[in-house]
Amino acid sequence: MAKVAMTVNGRKVSKECEDRTLLVHFLRDTLSLTGTHVGCDTSQCGACVVHMDGKAVKSCSMLAAQAAGSDILTIEGLAANGELHPVQAAFKANHGLQCGFCTPGMVMTAVDMINRYGAKLDEQTVRENLEGNICRCTGYHNIVKAILAAAEEMGAAGRQAAE
Amino acid sequence: MGVEGIGARVARKEDKRFLMGQGKYTDDMFVPGMRYAAFVRSPHAHAKIRSIDTSAAEEMPGVIGVLNGKQMLDDGIGNLICGWMIHSKDGSPMKMGAWRPLAHDTVRYVGDAVAVVVADTMGEARDGAEAVVVDYDVLPAVTDAVKALGTGQPQLHPEAPGNLIYDWEIGDGAATDAAIAAAAHVTEMKIVNNRLAPNPMEPRAALGIYDSAEDHYTCYTTSQNPHVARLVMSAFYNVAPENKLRVIAPDVGGGFGSKIYIYPEEIVCLWASKRTGVPVKWTSDRTEAFLTDAHGRDHVSTVKMAFDANNRVTALKVDTIANFGAYMSLFSSAVPTYLYATLLSGQYNFPAIHANVRAVYTNTVAVDAYRGAGRPEATYLLERTMETAARELGVSPAELRRINFIRSFPHQTPVIMNYDAGDYEASLEAAMAAADWAGFPARKAEAAGRGMKRGIGMSCYIEACGIAPSAAVGSLGAGVGLWESAEVRVNAVGTVEVLTGSHSHGQGHETTFAQLVADRFGVPLDSVSIVHGDTDKVQMGMGTYGSRSGAVGMSAVVKALDKVEAKAKKIAAHLMEADESDIVIENGALKVAGTDKSVPWFQMALAAYTAHNLPSGMEPGLKEGAFYDPANFTFPAGCYIAEVEIDPETGKTKIVQFVAADDFGNIINPMIVEGQVHGGIAQGIGQALLEGVHYDPETGQLLTASYMDYTMPRADDLPSFQVSHQVTPCPNNPLGIKGCGEAGAIGSPPALMNAITDAIGNNDLTMPATPQKVWAAARAATN
Amino acid sequence: MYATSYHRASSVADAVKLQSASDEAKYVSGGMTLIPTMKQRLAAPSDLVDLRHVAEMKGISVNGSRVRIGAATTHYEVSSSAELKAACPAISHLAAHIGDPHVRHMGTIGGSIANNDPAADYPSAMLALGATIITNTREISAGDFFTGLFETALEEGEIVVAVTFDAPAKAGYSKFPNPASRYAMAGVFVTKAGDGSVRVAVTGAGSNGVFRHAGLEAALAANWSADAAAGVDIDATDLLSDLHGSAEYRANLVKVMAKRAVAAA
Repeated sequence: MAKVAMTVNGRKVSKECEDRTLLVHFLRDTLSLTGTHVGCDTSQCGACVVHMDGKAVKSCSMLAAQAAGSDILTIEGLAANGELHPVQAAFKANHGLQCGFCTPGMVMTAVDMINRYGAKLDEQTVRENLEGNICRCTGYHNIVKAILAAAEEMGAAGRQAAE
Repeated sequence: MGVEGIGARVARKEDKRFLMGQGKYTDDMFVPGMRYAAFVRSPHAHAKIRSIDTSAAEEMPGVIGVLNGKQMLDDGIGNLICGWMIHSKDGSPMKMGAWRPLAHDTVRYVGDAVAVVVADTMGEARDGAEAVVVDYDVLPAVTDAVKALGTGQPQLHPEAPGNLIYDWEIGDGAATDAAIAAAAHVTEMKIVNNRLAPNPMEPRAALGIYDSAEDHYTCYTTSQNPHVARLVMSAFYNVAPENKLRVIAPDVGGGFGSKIYIYPEEIVCLWASKRTGVPVKWTSDRTEAFLTDAHGRDHVSTVKMAFDANNRVTALKVDTIANFGAYMSLFSSAVPTYLYATLLSGQYNFPAIHANVRAVYTNTVAVDAYRGAGRPEATYLLERTMETAARELGVSPAELRRINFIRSFPHQTPVIMNYDAGDYEASLEAAMAAADWAGFPARKAEAAGRGMKRGIGMSCYIEACGIAPSAAVGSLGAGVGLWESAEVRVNAVGTVEVLTGSHSHGQGHETTFAQLVADRFGVPLDSVSIVHGDTDKVQMGMGTYGSRSGAVGMSAVVKALDKVEAKAKKIAAHLMEADESDIVIENGALKVAGTDKSVPWFQMALAAYTAHNLPSGMEPGLKEGAFYDPANFTFPAGCYIAEVEIDPETGKTKIVQFVAADDFGNIINPMIVEGQVHGGIAQGIGQALLEGVHYDPETGQLLTASYMDYTMPRADDLPSFQVSHQVTPCPNNPLGIKGCGEAGAIGSPPALMNAITDAIGNNDLTMPATPQKVWAAARAATN
Repeated sequence: MYATSYHRASSVADAVKLQSASDEAKYVSGGMTLIPTMKQRLAAPSDLVDLRHVAEMKGISVNGSRVRIGAATTHYEVSSSAELKAACPAISHLAAHIGDPHVRHMGTIGGSIANNDPAADYPSAMLALGATIITNTREISAGDFFTGLFETALEEGEIVVAVTFDAPAKAGYSKFPNPASRYAMAGVFVTKAGDGSVRVAVTGAGSNGVFRHAGLEAALAANWSADAAAGVDIDATDLLSDLHGSAEYRANLVKVMAKRAVAAA
């Protein structure tokens, strides 16, 4: 057991946990942030994706201790004041989710993707960048559509802000 | 329809909680005192259990209980059951071997549970499970169904000699044989339908909570049908009487059939909660899911399709061997019989059909319904054979299908089904136009210039949804009725709650069911809530599978809405001193037609509850329930076209376009229907190109036990899809809807395989058409 | 996962000290292979020594044609480094196709080569680039470093600190991924040095891990073209065979990927 401290969704947290505790279980079991999910054992499905220091990572493939001292953003921290983030809003408008289980990882992945590519995203790039996220419900069609719509919207917003 | 009514493309009400990470799935439940369960599972495909030594495990840190199958037997917990009785053609009932929730005598597949460890943490439970020592006497195993029927093979259950569960037939064998003998042409094929793992992204989970003061059990579980789970756990497994057992299926992360069944783990969690005195939660990991979730398909068939000199079909003869795995799962027996053989007429006017089906035990996990359930197997067999026949006869695939389409309705097939409505040509034409079928030769030539082999293929499917009516399915062996229930509660302020026995695990019922209410009463969608998934809230229901929630579940809601509407109109007529027959409901108000008199909806509702001024003799309140039992199945149908490019150097298939033209009858929310089609197609493409369960034939070890070896469709494996709808309303239910949940998975595999075999010029190819197989088949065709 | 104790190293020296304090300690960098392996209870180190925060193991430097990549540099950093893309685009291309974006944010070049998974991408690049593996105690040529399946020349406690190589005149990498795992079923890295010498290294296909292919090297040294690669017979004898690809199929993939790597170089 050791004390693990990090910033999660803007709040400093410090909790005791076994060293073998995975980050995803630290978030779910210790912090009750159950929006981050576990869908496989082999680092492939991406239901567990969170951002660590601004980059998408798989929280099922790292120990909480490895994340100590870092800044973690989970799906629960994305919407500001109950207002959906543009990526969340685009998933809703484009029916980019069905059962909702892969959705938090998909949304966090999409935000990371848009952070890296901006409005330059095209369908092929989106599909390639979804390699680490598996959805069984949507056939990805509407997820791709939602990410492209969000990238366009966020790109447009970015351009407006710059002007 | 209004902006929120029937036919409107309404964004989903349930989305916000999922998008914000606020969904509540079974594994998200944490209750005071809760402990974790880990199962000790057989590493052998077939073995006798000599002994189980739990002493070391009991001493492990954090372990509070190690329980085994003998204790479960002592406590009177019953066997798992298959709920659909099939009789063999000799009249004998199917041969069901005993399936214990925890094996105490024999294990029959890798992953069969033999003991459970309950501990303070998940890690400690798994440490404990590893410390349980089971002494096995390993027996030979058989995993292939055809092989298992042979002589000298390992025998799984004493109840089923030769591993044969049933030998069943349908149709007129003599007429079929005579037509084949007299045919101008007979196309013969061997068809293999590959074995699949359903893989909902949420792994199964269960939380059992025993309340000793009330002698009451609560089970949170990943179920598509919590009421059926309660019924079966109560009536057959003797866990507790129904009034002492509450089953809650909260948010459920996909099912695709695999969460219909009642598995050992939820029964064990409930029982272990009583035995240990603490709430017990179990959550499957992905490898456990591969090992223990019921698989789908796994058929081997031979087929003969006969034609006369005018290329008209005259007969179809099918012989199918279906792998059932080690135990008979809940609906397994119905899948290769009434959900498969009854669909073998497809969209075609077959005068004679005969099908023989043998169901077989093997040392693999149970096989049961998986998205489509029987209908993909029938469609794949028919559409691969029809395509092959077209090639053999030198007729275009579209032409051969057109010649043989059923064109008048109702149509009685030779295999029970009575098709009520359809226009198969309309979907065929729409699909061919969308795919620019006529332009294909030019595209093929252009691809050839780049060294790529381009192919095109189609599939015309029919399916049957909303299995019913109950009396009919009862006569065919079903252990339950297949109706649905609904209750509509109008609150005193006019908001509405709809309680339904259907269960949403991705299908969007919280939106589409509410659209029915918004459409009927003109109330805002936000004022309608859908309640489902809890046996304490909804009295009874049959759950969601077989694309039944629209055709059956919504029809029940409509029936309850009819009753609410009738009473509301009576109340409004009384309030406005008008004739009840003159009341119309528009834009959230009850109006006297042709006048300016109206009562707002909420005011009528308030009047119902204040009861100060109701028609004499009327009970206060406004709440109506209904049970709906359909008159017939519904018959969605459509045409799918796939166009592919094969890289002959690597055998990799790229899907360059995929077109779906479906007739689902009337549509409540086109956006949600399209989403269902997309997802179904992805699973169909998965079956055709990527997915396949493999067991080692000698040891029975599962070789595809994680995403490292089982190929799940990913975003870059798939194209965007072109989807359209043609509408012939279903005449047998009030909304005219047919169901859309499975079509994509049913129609797409043969379209893909027809396209790939067209591209490489070799028809000898089985699913999944992996790069390695396509490369080899293309080379064989060239050499 | 079995119980383990976590330690975070602040320097290479600190890491060595932490590791040597226990018989069963392992280094962890990105952890993209080790943590999943531990989750499946296939590895049980008593202690984990985290190298991800060791500053001296990070970063990319390019001096003329000389390239140095710190062992704790992530795949993402290798894929997106402008300097590296200019000097040796093939290695950036390779890094951009390891795993998925999330894995690339964590996984490191040092972790990948120290693990020497037979289907990992980097070992082929190291061999074909004639790279030098710099550890805390010595320098090892790539040819001596990879010794078998998951086997390397690293001694107990030895840490890969960086890799260096001279950017070749031409380099290309092409892989055919396993449809399920997306690891290489056959990945071929080809280089042509300024003096005309050619190296071809193959990953994913060999039953004994990454290897150089003499036949392809000879053919490409004589004639640097995709056609020359196409004319080489690939012997399937020592190639892997599994559910996804027979040795014969992999032999074909080696040839096709070699052609494509040359075309991309």
